[in-house]
Amino acid sequence: MDAAFPLMENSGAGASTAASKTKVTSDSSTTTTPGVNTLRMKVTKLNFYYGKVHALHSVSLDIATNRVTAMIGPSGCGKSTLLRTLNRMHETLRHTRLEGEITLDGANILTMDVTKLRRMVGMVFQKPNPFPKSIYDNVAYGLRINGHKGRLDDAVEKSLRRASLWDEVKDKLQKSAYALSGGQQQRLCIARALAVDPEVLLLDEPCSALDPVNTAKIEELLFELKPSCTLVIVTHNMQQAARVSDSTAFMLNGDLIEFSPTPQMFTTPSDARTEAYITGRFG
Amino acid sequence: MSARMIWRKSLNLFMLSLTALCALLTVSALFFILGYLMYNGGKDLSWNFFTHLPAPVGEEGGGMANAIVGTLKLMLLAAVIGVPIGLLGGVYLAEFGGKTMPFLIRYTADLLNGVPSIVIGIFAYALVVMPMHHFSTLAGGFALGIMVIPTVLRNTESFLRDVPRALREGSFALGTNKWRMIATVVLPAASRGILTGVLLALARVAGETAPLIFTAFGNRYWSPGWMQPTSSLPVIIYTYATGPYEDWHRQAWAAGLVLLGLVLLTNILVRTFLGGGTSYERS
Amino acid sequence: MATTPNATTPADFAWSPRALLRRIQDADEIAHLVTLIAAATLLLITVLLVYQLWVLSAEARAKFGWSFFVTQTWDPVSGDFGALTFIYGTLVTSAVALFIAVPLGVGAAIFLAELAPPKLSSSLTFVSDLLAAVPSVIYGLLGVFLLVPIMRTSVQPFLKHTLGFLPLFRGPAYGIGFLTAGIVLAIMIVPFVLSVSREVLLAVPRDQREAALALGATKWESTAKVVVPAARIGIFGSVFLALARALGETMAVTMVIGNNPKIAASLFSPGYSIAAVLANEFSEATGNLYLSALIELGLVLFILTFILNGLARLLIVVTTSRGSGVLPT
Repeated sequence: MDAAFPLMENSGAGASTAASKTKVTSDSSTTTTPGVNTLRMKVTKLNFYYGKVHALHSVSLDIATNRVTAMIGPSGCGKSTLLRTLNRMHETLRHTRLEGEITLDGANILTMDVTKLRRMVGMVFQKPNPFPKSIYDNVAYGLRINGHKGRLDDAVEKSLRRASLWDEVKDKLQKSAYALSGGQQQRLCIARALAVDPEVLLLDEPCSALDPVNTAKIEELLFELKPSCTLVIVTHNMQQAARVSDSTAFMLNGDLIEFSPTPQMFTTPSDARTEAYITGRFG
Repeated sequence: MSARMIWRKSLNLFMLSLTALCALLTVSALFFILGYLMYNGGKDLSWNFFTHLPAPVGEEGGGMANAIVGTLKLMLLAAVIGVPIGLLGGVYLAEFGGKTMPFLIRYTADLLNGVPSIVIGIFAYALVVMPMHHFSTLAGGFALGIMVIPTVLRNTESFLRDVPRALREGSFALGTNKWRMIATVVLPAASRGILTGVLLALARVAGETAPLIFTAFGNRYWSPGWMQPTSSLPVIIYTYATGPYEDWHRQAWAAGLVLLGLVLLTNILVRTFLGGGTSYERS
Repeated sequence: MATTPNATTPADFAWSPRALLRRIQDADEIAHLVTLIAAATLLLITVLLVYQLWVLSAEARAKFGWSFFVTQTWDPVSGDFGALTFIYGTLVTSAVALFIAVPLGVGAAIFLAELAPPKLSSSLTFVSDLLAAVPSVIYGLLGVFLLVPIMRTSVQPFLKHTLGFLPLFRGPAYGIGFLTAGIVLAIMIVPFVLSVSREVLLAVPRDQREAALALGATKWESTAKVVVPAARIGIFGSVFLALARALGETMAVTMVIGNNPKIAASLFSPGYSIAAVLANEFSEATGNLYLSALIELGLVLFILTFILNGLARLLIVVTTSRGSGVLPT
């Protein structure tokens, strides 16, 4: 698979445009044309505090366009925290503080309008959390609040297809989302997030509540999404990171220990701690 | 920002303000009520008020000593009737009991709790006043006592249940039998919450007028013993407020202040110092 | 009555003095019995209450049958009684009260559950709970001396001037009447709507809000389109609860409604409610039929509140799934 040979060089530079996708932003963006810049998002010297607790220590990370970047590490290492800063979800909690810089296509996300940011950087959560509405209404929710031009039905179908769910639900779009199985619900959440056509999709341990069959389905889905979307995935499952991602970041106690192309990370890691984690000596 | 975004943001701000206004209005009602009562009622409070009997109808002056004493007597009666039944019943629900009986008891408690107080008054009339052929403090106390039972019962049950299992097991392991354990370990542990419930229930019935109108009725003089009709604060407020004399109106304000003060003070003290309020109160 | 066997109770049922003494000292069975009796007393009281209501209203029920509910006359002299005016008044004042209290209460609940910082939210809820503890007669007092004059001199004329084309706002402005009673009721039931709605809103899982926000929704969009719909069953429950409360409310209503058995389209008209007529006429009722008719009214009130409270509890339990221990003050 082409995912196995992503970038021979460091994720910082490298292969240019994948299929450049058409963006459907209705607001004029301050970002640069996709595909020319290979870095979709860039985190620079990020320090994060929960109250007095210093949860992330000067983390810097590059997220390449149309690639899968994985974050691994033991529980409590800060990978979910880091993920949540990328779409400013940390702001829903009280007493959090952030220092440093995070950019999306060159623009500082911290000064950007947050609802606009979240439309561009979507999120899928660990436990599937569909709304208690119909399947159709779940997918259409984001479209409706953003004022979608064009037929809603088409957009809903497109998202469900992208999430590999269309065939399974096309005859029961009006049924409640809760009638779906866990794996289907998660794919529905992915479809819902994709509906607003985000540049980046953040996935917070999306398969941890799912069985192996559904996990495999979602991993396959990620491959299919990659050409049109930049993916960042947090996972506690190293094998999943190895299967799915182009670059992997290893975190420990709030520090980014190592960040390399995946094949390299898992065969010849440069840091001893990385090796220890990967070989299962702790975690 | 696009026009739609501006609309969404403005709507967001508008609704935030609107709901805040609703909250403000609701809450300020209390302060308004209190303030107005203090203003209007405060000027007529005097030593006379607390120690004198009402003046002959149409004459100025006089006080409400008998109403105050009447209310105290009624509350005592309500406590004597309602608290033991409620307390022991709560113990039954929490400590003994099986499946059907407790369900029935709880259901009935909820039912009785929702009965309008005037209907309770009718019941007390039928049960006490009719056989006796006259109004009495007993009838009034009986009506109020009935109203106390469901609250105390559910509240006691709730706080008893909250006592951790470990405490009970520790007692059993020392060889105590069940009733001893309940009396010496569980009840004391739950006593704060139970007391809260009892006090709040009593504060509530202190202000009830409807059930007294045709049970305790009213009395312009002292009511010796328990078998005579008696005056009470809420009823006298009602009588004076709807009466024709200016002097009566002024006294109604003063009495209202005393009653409200009693009720609010109890509520505030109990909730602040005994913690949290009850988990179940009269709806 | 099943007793949980106690380890210290002897297995065999000896009636010898020593065994008996031991059993009394154990006394678990006695405790069980005593508490059971206490609990059963509650059952007894409730059954007795329903029984009394039923039996004592028998005379009126026999005489008037179902026509009791559609007859307007209320004439103690001739012995002709009908509940229609009181039912009408009860429903109208409650409708007015809900119309005002529900938006206010739900709006405030939304603010407290979704938008306010936790500390502010709990202190304001505390104040709302205190409001619910204010006795009815105090509301009546303020209603009579404060609200009625304001209604008479400012509010009612204003409404007549602006909305007088509607039959609702016609007729002389006395200050008392359906509208005033409805307003007082509204203030009294708002804390209930607020408290329960706030609870059910808070019970909506956090991840629902996060999902909405992560899609780029504004706080209001997340609240209005995700959280509130998820909690709407419970909010309906709060409305039923408030309605049940409004139906049974006696003192404040009787002090401002005018106590005039009348059916009129105008909200300015004086009227009567079931609870109000009971308060006013019960102690003066002469004759068994009169009393029986009044008690039948009490029975009607009982049944109405019973149904509404039952529904409310069901709806609220379904939404918060915490059992019926979550009712407000």
